Amino acid sequence: MIVADRKPINEILWMVGDCKKILVLGCKGCVTVCNAGGMKEVGILASILKIARKKEGNPIEVEEKTLERQCDPEYVEQLRDTYKNYDAVVSMACGVGPQFLSAAYPDQKFFPAVNTTFFGGAVAHGIWSERCAGCGTCIIHYFDGMCPIARCSKSIQHGPCGGSSKGKCEIAPDVDCIWDMIVRKKTEQGRLDDLLMVRAAKDWRTSAHGGPRKSIREELTK
Amino acid sequence: MSELKSGSNLEKVLKAGHFAFTGECGPPKGANVEHLKEKFSFLKGNVDAVNVTDNQTAVVRMSSWAASAMMVQSGLEPNYQMVCRDRNRLAMMSDILGAYSLGIRNMLCLSGDHQKFGNHPQSKNVYDIDSIQLIAMVKKMRDEGKFLNDEAIDVAPKMFIGAAANPFADPAEYRVIRMANKIEAGADFIQTQCIYNMEKFREFMKRAVDMGLHEKAYILAGVTPMKSVGMAKYMASSVPGMEVPESLIKRLQGAGKGKATEEGVKFAIEQIQEFKEMKGVAGVHLMAIEWEHKVPELAERAGMLPRPKVD
Repeated sequence: MIVADRKPINEILWMVGDCKKILVLGCKGCVTVCNAGGMKEVGILASILKIARKKEGNPIEVEEKTLERQCDPEYVEQLRDTYKNYDAVVSMACGVGPQFLSAAYPDQKFFPAVNTTFFGGAVAHGIWSERCAGCGTCIIHYFDGMCPIARCSKSIQHGPCGGSSKGKCEIAPDVDCIWDMIVRKKTEQGRLDDLLMVRAAKDWRTSAHGGPRKSIREELTK
Repeated sequence: MSELKSGSNLEKVLKAGHFAFTGECGPPKGANVEHLKEKFSFLKGNVDAVNVTDNQTAVVRMSSWAASAMMVQSGLEPNYQMVCRDRNRLAMMSDILGAYSLGIRNMLCLSGDHQKFGNHPQSKNVYDIDSIQLIAMVKKMRDEGKFLNDEAIDVAPKMFIGAAANPFADPAEYRVIRMANKIEAGADFIQTQCIYNMEKFREFMKRAVDMGLHEKAYILAGVTPMKSVGMAKYMASSVPGMEVPESLIKRLQGAGKGKATEEGVKFAIEQIQEFKEMKGVAGVHLMAIEWEHKVPELAERAGMLPRPKVD
């Protein structure tokens, strides 16, 4: 899923500084699963904003709504009759949400309430970890299902580098060295030979380095 | 290894069977050319080639190719270091052509320290290719006369290709294999990380010799004299992939007040003597970090002088 973290409250308060009435808009997709921008978090953020503004002596009216998804025009369309009722809309979806909303309603302001961080999953309750860099050409089958592009700090295809120590990455003691894990798994399974080759330089055209990407499924476009 | 690949002094010295001795020089944190040239003066005649670091520890410094080119002008041979952190393949190939055009003939291909350690941790890292792919790219440019995209190069850069190996990083059993991977990619010589744990290095070299790696590439053992007990403790605790045995720290402590530096130098010299005899070791890479003025004395005391002249 796409993982996100709510922005610091002061940043959101600054965005809505001039507003008297806003909508906090959640999303039932990824941000609900990672507890950043679902219905529950919408309620919490709305309350915090109201309390903070009341304390400033500048009360704000906050309405709450959570769409099925904000990355789909069909659901975004559900705001058609009401979007003008607010001075601004604060979206708690990933970075995709406020952009779909802005495109659908050019005469309204949409602010992001979360920082979209990565593609990953929950490794423990309350802890999410990155797994995919969305490079567009998956190579994890070479590395026993572990991705050095997303999980190595240097995205190297021939690791571990000289900074790998006791299974940890040189950048921080709490960051696992994915290459240490790859080598150990290959060693345990007697398949170290898989790593004894020089891999060609990666073609980054399919990643964000190739420019904004589009996925076209011909059979669905007809 | 019949014909010369680059014609560099380092290549000639190694090919002639001499025990090589390379040094290191960090470019200034600024455009202080005078200070840089002063460092050159300590190295000239005392080593076969000098590594010129590339924004080491991810701290911005004068570019390694520019400092290397100045070294060439001063009559000293550079070993131009290039890291994968700061450049994509276009910039790398372009810099390699430029460096070669300025008389640079040795290159050390490295991943580079992560920018998190440096003075611009906010920067975007590149890592378009990794160190092994860089080695293969420099080899392709030299031996096939082609860019990475297979287009022909109009006068190919002929570099003597170096790579680093860290016998002390983890997983330990994989380190020789990774060095073999670098040699397979095209490394002509290897310079190791600073060695303090001699026992572990002996094992590393034994495995390398068993695999015949010393016959495919020249392996230079890394030496950095300990200047103080504090430096030894810092390296032991805070430098990833560095291994400093407790016995060495005790030895430095035991030397007595004001004598740790000399004890560190003695240890380094003992190491060099052992490396001269160690099977598979073709030379020593002396990394006297910000201690260039000490190189003449170290070279003399380690019996590395005069340096051979090979035509």
